[in-house]
Amino acid sequence: MATRGFFGRQRAPAGVAERLPPGQYLEEGFPVLTAGATPRVATSEWSFTLDGLVGERRTWSWEEAHALEGSGFEGDIHCVTRWSKLGTSFAGVSVDTLLDLAGVDEAATHALASCYGGYTTNLPLADVRGGRAWIVWEYEGRPLPAEHGGPARLLVPHLYFWKSAKWVKGLTLLDHNEPGFWEQYGYHDYGDPWKEQRFQGD
Amino acid sequence: MTTTSVQPKPVPWQLGTVTSIRPETPRAKSFCLRLPEWRAHLPGQYYTIRLTAPDGYQAIRSYSVASSPLDEGEIELTVDCLVDGEVSPFLHDVVEVGDELEVRGPLTEYFTWRGTSPLLLVGGGSGIVPLMSMLRHRRRALPDVPVRLVYSVRSPEDVFYRDELGDETTLTYTRRTPEAWSGATGRITNEIIGPLAWPDGRAYVCGPNGFVETATGLLMECGYEPDRIRTERFGPS
Repeated sequence: MATRGFFGRQRAPAGVAERLPPGQYLEEGFPVLTAGATPRVATSEWSFTLDGLVGERRTWSWEEAHALEGSGFEGDIHCVTRWSKLGTSFAGVSVDTLLDLAGVDEAATHALASCYGGYTTNLPLADVRGGRAWIVWEYEGRPLPAEHGGPARLLVPHLYFWKSAKWVKGLTLLDHNEPGFWEQYGYHDYGDPWKEQRFQGD
Repeated sequence: MTTTSVQPKPVPWQLGTVTSIRPETPRAKSFCLRLPEWRAHLPGQYYTIRLTAPDGYQAIRSYSVASSPLDEGEIELTVDCLVDGEVSPFLHDVVEVGDELEVRGPLTEYFTWRGTSPLLLVGGGSGIVPLMSMLRHRRRALPDVPVRLVYSVRSPEDVFYRDELGDETTLTYTRRTPEAWSGATGRITNEIIGPLAWPDGRAYVCGPNGFVETATGLLMECGYEPDRIRTERFGPS
């Protein structure tokens, strides 16, 4: 049903419309959305830990993480607050590289990301494997700013961006699903932007 | 008795009818909507509005509820008109009493007040809107909860809900003050927020990103631990 008097003044140009998931609009900037205050984490204090159902619990310092084989992402990101940003670029290390080094227990089915500042988010293990997830510390060729999750954030661009946890400090592998921060407050457990899985029950 | 795990149901879209439109400031209007499937919101929650063009194109934005959930069957959404916006100028310039608007809500449970005490509210610009729902609901349902509101606005004409702000409110004007103003001026500082901080209870901070960053930093300096601070940010970074 059309809204009386509404014609819409913006239409996504050709080449953009098909890259926007349903209900999303094109954003040129990079909005900041954070629950609570922005943690300030020095790289000298930063570390990343893989634990839970792993072969061996592993922790990487900033220097150790940077010594691993680098990997990057170029493409589109989609925020549940309805903006999408096209053609972004991030660099860091693939989560596959870290999982290969720690080893994955056969019983592991899910991952819970934890962060400086206390934020958490849950993901199926399959979604952080297969070249689809990164720990990134560079955005557009520069150090990732703190307000966007620097020194390092998780990047899982095929899901809504709240899954790409800022200020990430670890992944815990579990044999069950454990809702994270936003998921406990009513957001969807999985968050596929192409299926508009914004809230619980969508 | 058996227990079953309950699958959450999606919050449905529904057609609300605009029952009143009231200007708050030259740039902001409050829209009262009567909802056929109204459900009580928590102060701080928001609704999403979906506009549909004749060709099927849709534009969707979210707006905080300003009213108390004691106003059964209705919600009030206050909308700041953004110059470059698509939905807010339509709501301001085209929508009339009697129009139907498609809405979905109330949504998410993070920036919500469930009666914790005491209460510190810190709003910048239209960030006052979800805080007003808390203030109004407290007045009617929990008047014994001590409350303080710090409200940063640019100029006197930018004050929302002017007639409802009382002793609990500390205003600061960042660009221009009323005549003979002896209160706070400029952006919020420790001098403004420090004396208003409570030793316990939560602080709710809502406004543009820069405002929220500044305010949460000041609150932590005043002794608020991060888990006592809830924030809602809007607008460009």
